[in-house]
Amino acid sequence: MSGPASARFSDGRLHLQHGPIDLVIEAWGMRTEVEAAYAQAERRFQNILPSLVEELPALRMPIREPYPLLRGVVARRMVVAVWRHRATFVTPMAAVAGAVADEMLAALVAGRVLDKALVNDGGDIAFHLPPGATLSVAIAHHPRRPALDAGVTLDWRDAARGLATSGWRGRSHSLGIADAVTVFARDAAQADAAATLIANAVNVEHPAIRRAPARALKEDSDLGERAVTVAVGVLPADAVCAALDAGLAAAAAMGAAGLVESAYLALQGEVRLLEPPQPRTIPALDCMTQAHQGRIR
Amino acid sequence: MSDSANPLQRDPQDALAPDAGETSGEVIRCDACPVLCRIRKGQSGACDRYANLEGQLVRSDPLLILQRTLDRGGAVVPFLEPGKPWQGDLISASNTFVTGVGATTTYPDYKPAPFIVASKAAGIDVVTVVTEGIFSYCGLKVKIDTDRYLGPEQSAVRVAGEQIGHVTSAEYGSQMLALGGVRHLTGGSKKEGNVTCNAMLRLANREALELSIDGGARVLVQAGAAPVVNDEREERMRVGCGSATIGIFARQWLGHCDEVIVVDDHITGVLTEHQAGRFLDMRPGGIRVRGRKSTPGRYFKVAQPGLGWGGTDITDPLSIIEKIDPATAWPGMRVLMVSTTGDDAEWFVLDERLRPQKAPMPEPVRKVVERIAENCEPALCSVLFMGGAGGSLRAGVTENPVRLTRSVKALLTTVTCGGAPVYVWPGGGITVMVDVLRMPERAFGYVPTPALVLPIEFTMPLAAYREMGGHMEHVLPLEKALERVQFRAEAWRAENPWPVAGDA
Repeated sequence: MSGPASARFSDGRLHLQHGPIDLVIEAWGMRTEVEAAYAQAERRFQNILPSLVEELPALRMPIREPYPLLRGVVARRMVVAVWRHRATFVTPMAAVAGAVADEMLAALVAGRVLDKALVNDGGDIAFHLPPGATLSVAIAHHPRRPALDAGVTLDWRDAARGLATSGWRGRSHSLGIADAVTVFARDAAQADAAATLIANAVNVEHPAIRRAPARALKEDSDLGERAVTVAVGVLPADAVCAALDAGLAAAAAMGAAGLVESAYLALQGEVRLLEPPQPRTIPALDCMTQAHQGRIR
Repeated sequence: MSDSANPLQRDPQDALAPDAGETSGEVIRCDACPVLCRIRKGQSGACDRYANLEGQLVRSDPLLILQRTLDRGGAVVPFLEPGKPWQGDLISASNTFVTGVGATTTYPDYKPAPFIVASKAAGIDVVTVVTEGIFSYCGLKVKIDTDRYLGPEQSAVRVAGEQIGHVTSAEYGSQMLALGGVRHLTGGSKKEGNVTCNAMLRLANREALELSIDGGARVLVQAGAAPVVNDEREERMRVGCGSATIGIFARQWLGHCDEVIVVDDHITGVLTEHQAGRFLDMRPGGIRVRGRKSTPGRYFKVAQPGLGWGGTDITDPLSIIEKIDPATAWPGMRVLMVSTTGDDAEWFVLDERLRPQKAPMPEPVRKVVERIAENCEPALCSVLFMGGAGGSLRAGVTENPVRLTRSVKALLTTVTCGGAPVYVWPGGGITVMVDVLRMPERAFGYVPTPALVLPIEFTMPLAAYREMGGHMEHVLPLEKALERVQFRAEAWRAENPWPVAGDA
């Protein structure tokens, strides 16, 4: 059995991998502080997967009353992130990537003085933005054809400290048909859970959509026999709009509940935006729409 | 012969069909990481890196690209995956080589082979045709550095009772084994074929495997590791045969020894009788060893092969002495007996009745014995894959396959296996031989035929590719090619020459 692996990119970023967890970590600041931060992250990483695995059966159960009491720090972050979504079907696994990113970010920055830092867990990203810092983010609709479909610049005054993207082409199976739902939330676990559920909600019935029971694709799937999307053909415009509007409605409800800051929903060239609470929170949102039309970089 | 039709390749739609994987009910548990995924046939685990292929846990490897780092110390990132914006800056045509590893595996997103990539090199348009060849005509040549007796030539080499190959020639300090080949893979029973395929796969992927030789030894073989013969680890190769050892060290013994007998299973050397001793005007010692005299001071068959001194069955060195000539030998004569690895050595002094008596070895003599050991190279097992890439595999490259063969023979086309240089045999076809240690780790796969699957790349100038009738319509720029597949990156092995011509 292989243990946690650690490597450095040629530009210095830290790469940690253990089983299905694959993290790219970057910190900005004084070299000594950055190196100390990376060392802290490496140490924390040793036990992330093993402790998750201990409680895996519970984490694969749909969340419902009573509040599940778990031991692991990451497991608890997962439960916190999905608890307020318990009216719909969701398991804590919907937040696993984001929760790992949050925990690793906490370990990375603890006691360190950094200009900025981020932990990217396969596209679910937790970031540390001290006063004065900004973070620019690119959004790609199609994971196999990475193109800069939209750009966002986050400001330290924004509430968001996590972002996640979900869609049927991603590594986790989706009940919906969105190409990409990108969510900004107060932490990565919240963003991860919300992106998963909004992407599930971007849905419509159409013969061009092929679905399969999740368990036929992954024996251990927490989605059981639920039908997940395996192919989406070209859809007529009204189907695309209907699917996106369903997703936007779900996103808006989460926005009103304070669970997401903003969201970006894409399906076959159409886009819906959930605007952040205050217009200034994400100033670059205008540019998002333009980016979509003109593919500006 | 090889075959480009690939049973591993599946229609991505089929792979995702609702009933996929439910036909057999067979589920395996992956122990690659603590998640311990249960994986049904045709599925992959949570990481998407391990899959259940026909009941076997296999790595569903993404296409492997090898990258040169321009500064030697630079790290390269494993497990790069597309769709992540940070990778773009790492890929450039001048430092990236696409290998055949993963070119045709089960991964549903793959563009099937041939995977034809154009990359620029020093202004020349260069084409690399990347594929995974399926070889049922293939074998391993295994070189085992040992003087211990492994078994008679032509003897069967077995795994789990099945013959997977045979003992072939003994080379200097090494025993060669020929494993696999089409007659064991497909010519015998189904079990013989499967055991042979599995054994070759494991050895080619650098795993350790115990082989047993009829009428000989059990030997644990692993590419790049010391052989273990009957549970005894071979540390060193002998410095040379007994005669060569005498030749190398004669001058260093002069003045410290009156006679030196180097015990070896092939040629045992006797210093004062040997050309080297004569040259130094040494007084003849009068000790006659058993066996058949070849030339003065060189004796064949002083003992049976075995696991004792110098690859013989000798455990008491005095047992090889046939007689000591009282007219020539003298009381007080100092005799060193030593094996060709320096592992075994004894010091004797002849008593009044010319009987050898054990005595503490003087320091200068001990030093030379240690020097013999020091000059013995580490004993290793080497595993070379050999197979013919002629056949229909060539059709994936060009419409006129013989032109590929000619281009390879004319050195216009470079053949590599997972980026490793290959030796191309003279004569017909494209028969290649490659050291598995120079290939990426776990580069070999198999198909249930049974046959081995391994990466093979043909690299040539674009013009030469056009001329040989290459599939020009499928040539993709490197960047485009990498956009459409799942891939991972590894560091280029510095010991391998960069296959793309004109690019230092």
